Amino acid sequence: MAFGSSALIVMVVGYTGGACLSLLAPSERLARAFTALGAVAGCVGGLAAAAGVLATRVPVEAMLPSLVSAAGGIVIRLDMLGAFFLVLIAAVGLLAAIYGITYTAEYEGRHSLRLFGLMFNGFLLGMTLVPCAANVFTFLLAWELMAVTSYFLVMTESEHLETRHAGLWYAVMTHFGFLLLLPMFLMMAPGGDATTFADLRAGAALMPAETRSGVFLLALVAFGSKAGIVPLHVWLPRAHPAAPSHISALMSGVMIKLGVYGLLRVVVDFLGTGPAWWGGLVLAAGSLSALGGVLYALTENDLKRLLAYSSVENIGVILLGIGAGLVLQSYGLRALALVGFGAALLHTLNHACFKALLFLATGNVLHEAHTRNMEQMGGLIKGMPQTAILFLIGSAAAAALPPLNGFASEWMVFQALLSGAQIPQPEVAIGTPLAIGVLALTSGLAAVCFVKAFGISFLAMPRSDNAAHAREAHWSSRAVMGVFAAGCVVLGLMAPHTLSGIYRIVESLSPRTPPAPSAAVGSVWLVAPNGIAQVSPLLIACFLTSVIVVLVAVLRVRGVELRHADTWGCGRIQQTARMEYTSSAFAEPLRRVFSELYRPTEDLSISVHPESRYFVRSITYTSQVVPWIERAFYDPVARGMFACATQVRRLQGGSVHLYLLYLAGALMVALASAWWFK
Amino acid sequence: MSRYLAIALQTLVAVALAPALVGFIRWLKARLQGRRGAPPWQPYFEIRKLFGKEAVVSHTASWIFNVTPFVVFGTSVLVASLVPLIIAPSGPFLVGDLFATVYLLLLGTFFLALAGLDTGSPFGGMGASREMTVVALTEPTVALSIVALALNAGSTSFSQIVARTLAEPRAALGPGHVLAFAALFIVTLAETGRLPVDNPSTHLELTMIHEAMILEYSGPYLALIEWGAALKLLVFLSLAANLFVPWGIASSLSPVALTIGFVSLIAKLGVLAVVIAVLETRVAKLRLFRVPELLSASFVLAALAVMSTVLAR
Amino acid sequence: MLLFSKIWKTGIATEILQAGDPAAIEIGRALEQRIKRLFGRALAIREVDAGSCNGCELEITGLTSPIYDMERFGMHFVASPRHADMLLVTGPVTRNMEIPLRRTYEAAASPKFVVAVGDCAKTCGVFKGSYAVVGPVDQVIPVDISIAGCPPEPTDILRGILEGLDRFSEKRGTAAPTLEPAKAVR
Repeated sequence: MAFGSSALIVMVVGYTGGACLSLLAPSERLARAFTALGAVAGCVGGLAAAAGVLATRVPVEAMLPSLVSAAGGIVIRLDMLGAFFLVLIAAVGLLAAIYGITYTAEYEGRHSLRLFGLMFNGFLLGMTLVPCAANVFTFLLAWELMAVTSYFLVMTESEHLETRHAGLWYAVMTHFGFLLLLPMFLMMAPGGDATTFADLRAGAALMPAETRSGVFLLALVAFGSKAGIVPLHVWLPRAHPAAPSHISALMSGVMIKLGVYGLLRVVVDFLGTGPAWWGGLVLAAGSLSALGGVLYALTENDLKRLLAYSSVENIGVILLGIGAGLVLQSYGLRALALVGFGAALLHTLNHACFKALLFLATGNVLHEAHTRNMEQMGGLIKGMPQTAILFLIGSAAAAALPPLNGFASEWMVFQALLSGAQIPQPEVAIGTPLAIGVLALTSGLAAVCFVKAFGISFLAMPRSDNAAHAREAHWSSRAVMGVFAAGCVVLGLMAPHTLSGIYRIVESLSPRTPPAPSAAVGSVWLVAPNGIAQVSPLLIACFLTSVIVVLVAVLRVRGVELRHADTWGCGRIQQTARMEYTSSAFAEPLRRVFSELYRPTEDLSISVHPESRYFVRSITYTSQVVPWIERAFYDPVARGMFACATQVRRLQGGSVHLYLLYLAGALMVALASAWWFK
Repeated sequence: MSRYLAIALQTLVAVALAPALVGFIRWLKARLQGRRGAPPWQPYFEIRKLFGKEAVVSHTASWIFNVTPFVVFGTSVLVASLVPLIIAPSGPFLVGDLFATVYLLLLGTFFLALAGLDTGSPFGGMGASREMTVVALTEPTVALSIVALALNAGSTSFSQIVARTLAEPRAALGPGHVLAFAALFIVTLAETGRLPVDNPSTHLELTMIHEAMILEYSGPYLALIEWGAALKLLVFLSLAANLFVPWGIASSLSPVALTIGFVSLIAKLGVLAVVIAVLETRVAKLRLFRVPELLSASFVLAALAVMSTVLAR
Repeated sequence: MLLFSKIWKTGIATEILQAGDPAAIEIGRALEQRIKRLFGRALAIREVDAGSCNGCELEITGLTSPIYDMERFGMHFVASPRHADMLLVTGPVTRNMEIPLRRTYEAAASPKFVVAVGDCAKTCGVFKGSYAVVGPVDQVIPVDISIAGCPPEPTDILRGILEGLDRFSEKRGTAAPTLEPAKAVR
């Protein structure tokens, strides 16, 4: 325990130290250095604390009851679930901090690196405290700290109008979630003093069914808006592209997972079991997010927005796993439910790994190509070969290709859903195959999406001068990405190992569950529930490599004459980059297939020669896909809000006498209500 | 004979047989068109010839172009060792199940699409885009067919499914099975690039899906890709045959059982090849934007298969 | 069903490939033994129209018909010159097609050879001396076999390719034509 607490202290000191030192740094270079130093120190402390908890299975506790004692004080308790998420935060944070040293060099002179350092360390501190929090006050404090600091981080490049809008959307959506968290905790903890998580857990068992369902719904919506489920995801594709790349990596890889953490904590830990419709609702939300995310990712030409929508898709997959677990749990199949939750947590880990890799690689690309638009890129594999291969590994993992980590966790989610299909209830028997169908379609479309992302950005000929002159980034950023790529490969090959560890974590949440189904069988096989189907990513990798090596050797021995020539262009005189396939063209067939969903707007304007309309001077074609949920729902709401705000503005008459009248009126109302409620 | 040796032999037989399957279908189509056509073993001559030619690589292509033929062939070979061709793989040698098979084939297609984009040719990009679209839209059908099979057998592993059908012959004629077979057959046509989805012998680039991606390949690389595509066709047809009509498959490793397994595989492949040849003669290629309608029809069939399996329990 | 009953009634329509007028075929450069061995049983052909009137193309299209059926000799047409072993060139080479023809030749993978079909490809035919024409095919790319005629018969084209590969005597093919026999060979 002493080790755990001291690790926690190192962590907190590291972050706060980094924040203060970078704020007070004499020069911007030193500010960058202090930011990274503080973050690294804090992350190392966090990793140590989490590793300690996971290894010894004993939670670490710490308390500061005197701080804001009216709200319950600061209570920290790091149990196994929290430790898992802490590992995620600390690992990604550590690598992102190292990446940020060279990445933020371009902000020198343009934006305040001192403020950036303060916010970066504050963000890491807030994120870290969320899984450690053990009472309502600490949780909400950490949640809000995370939200505020990330808002400032998103607004780093506030000279762009798009960034300012992104910040506004982000602030509104995250506080909407926060506002729903308050009644949720209130419902769970009616007593004023009993606000620690242990009390909430005990109290949840005594709540009537309607209150439990109400808490569940509030948790789903509140944590869902942080995680980014459709239809509450609208801030994600705006905020993630606007933020600096390593912040996007942190937000996409880790911050949205804290929504998943909250959901697991409240629904699985506190509430325990519930009726089957909970699982059904989560499955529906997951399916919607998975499909919606990947469908909108397909039509994106902005590389970072594509990755942001892909995060929405992966959150959908995680929710499918959680939904399967909840459904199985509600029918009493606890051992099988373990598989569902385990698959979801495994996918959380895997997604953090490959999404962070993709965002960091995109950061390198952005640095060189000076644009996020894929239609201006191309041929980057020639100038940035290592970034290209790392991006390829990330893309293959995101497309769930064996033997990488994305495949392992999606396979487990499939098996969890399949075991749910065995339940004889008609709703479940129809619903789970549908969810399986949605998951399969999603992974197919994700493969299309990432072929597009990698193929158009990195392959063929450069479509702009910047892309033609792209060079590799600093070795530190490549090293960081290399660690993530190695993580993708290792997590894929060692998936059974990781999964058995995750099963122990889920078991710790409810000690009543029977042990996981033959999860510890060897370290090579990923085993489905009831141990009937199995797959071994390691063996797949071995066989595939050996077959390819044999083939290459045979051809080497035989000797292949190789000649380099121009691409066959049907004998065209000139082959330029304009003749390559574009990103919009790549997605065109699918855009047509799903045109009812996309409802793209098209604008065609033709300007003709004044003398004769048969001579066309120029043709401008603009087509945009605006997500219909924004058009149908968010736009009217936003317009309504602004209309109300305009009305309320009338209260600001500008006259001091009017304000004095307001003050007097407010005093009267306060006195009256105090007398009334005496 | 040890199981490992048997599986290795099965893979070698599949690799050796694949070009003959494609050649047989071509020969049948020629005969149906009223001409003599090339002998069924013509693809072997073509592969041999291609290995004797040089490989031309475009200036704009990267290492992905060079690696793709090996990945495509390698994944097809690995899948050929997974699926029940002559023996139903099971036990310690099992590296995967139906889902793993589908994703391994997706790995091959992923790299092929990247190679199509790599050369900078618009035809390559077009082929890549169309092929990925078709593959993505077949995924839910495949998943639901797997679910229909797995619901009966209790698992997605091949050995269980085959064993279950062998144990209960009446289930093979059940509506769930028949519908799932129909759905998987349409998926086979889509994934292997046969009519009505894609014409394998077209010369018009704008009508190509699979061939458009390989327009830049030559020599041994082209040979490997064509061989891999033939192997993919063999794997899909054997899956369709042996999952739904598994009689004849070797359940032990004795030479007699293996020979019977081999002969029954040839027979089933022959029947399916005749069906494909007749279908390709009768049916015209669908316009690209009508293909999703065909694929949604196959999805509906697979969904009906699942529902009838559920209701029949 | 009508389709299949018609197929059944028609049967195989392929004709035997007869020997014809040897003057029509000129083998300019004897192909290497290596090429003859390599392409004897499987030949991929890429047809290039270097400005012809399409008369030769119509005859070439007949090659894939059931009557002449070049597939029985292992030959088939391909779309990309990268896949091709042989270029089948027609037409006097017009100015606009000179560079594309050269590019097609360069794009083909070695070993490869060229067959020029028709009088225009051999000597520019009726377009000789025109301002739009560069010259016969052998002025642009090296030609191995020339087949004269305006247009040459499909049998001549087939014979030309097969004789160039030294496979004519073996590959006579058989047929039972039930349609009225095609015009007797010259």
